[in-house]
Amino acid sequence: MSRVAVLTFPGSNCDADLRHAVALAGMEPVAVWHKERDLGKVDAVLLPGGFSYGDYLRCGAIARFSPIMEAVRAFAGAGGPVLGICNGFQILTECGLLPGVLLRNRGLKFLCQDVELTVEGRATPFTRGVGGPLRLPIAHMEGSWFADAETLARVEGEGQVIFRYCQNPNGALNDVAGVSNAAGNVVGLMPHPERYVEAAVGGTDGLGVFLSLAGRPAGGAA
Amino acid sequence: MQVRVYVTLKPGVLDPAGKAVQGGLQSLGYDEVQGVRIGRFFELEVEDRPDMKERVEAMCRTLLANTVIEKFRIELPERAG
Repeated sequence: MSRVAVLTFPGSNCDADLRHAVALAGMEPVAVWHKERDLGKVDAVLLPGGFSYGDYLRCGAIARFSPIMEAVRAFAGAGGPVLGICNGFQILTECGLLPGVLLRNRGLKFLCQDVELTVEGRATPFTRGVGGPLRLPIAHMEGSWFADAETLARVEGEGQVIFRYCQNPNGALNDVAGVSNAAGNVVGLMPHPERYVEAAVGGTDGLGVFLSLAGRPAGGAA
Repeated sequence: MQVRVYVTLKPGVLDPAGKAVQGGLQSLGYDEVQGVRIGRFFELEVEDRPDMKERVEAMCRTLLANTVIEKFRIELPERAG
């Protein structure tokens, strides 16, 4: 069974939901505190949403220097699957593992609503067999993805836009909701797949992300 | 001694909060305000050392500013004597 590290920073608040989603997809969640320096033997690393370090300075700017992040960087560099959701996405852009940056929403409002997304771009460990459009919840104040023109051209050209809003809620450049690194093993997105893994809580469109990681893509023969 | 650091948005980066402040000023009657960009200002108390400037620049690049969207300006105190 795959072992999946779910990091917890001070201020993370989606880590328990994330561990639940991992377990639901048939994998073993491993809680890892940000002060650890070693991930142990794991097959993937997930960075949850929340408000690490109170979003002081910039979202994700301080969490990026947590001791565990050196191990995450090494894990990602070796090709290991890494997924950042919401604040986890912000942390991954701050530390340079993902391109661009997340700016304040265009409308200056905290957005808490469902969005529709297309799934596109290159193959990633988190989107195998995941078709779109997906309906997932967002809950963020700084979710407007931005990059300079050169980076944007590269990201689009290399198929690194993995999730795109059908209707742009926050002003993100090119409707980008989620991107990958050049290799495709590191992915970040603002919407919360872990919140829609059971019909009882609003939807199941997020489950495919975790089934994909588990090697049980929803579209394939289980 | 005190080092001052100004972190501001690069041109072309949207600043919706700045736009909102501009709207507020205009609604107060300050129609001459053509634009507002919000940045951050840091006062750092640091020990003097020969490589202080280089070290503060490194602080800016690694933490105080996100150079994807922000630029920074450093004001060092004038050394006495």
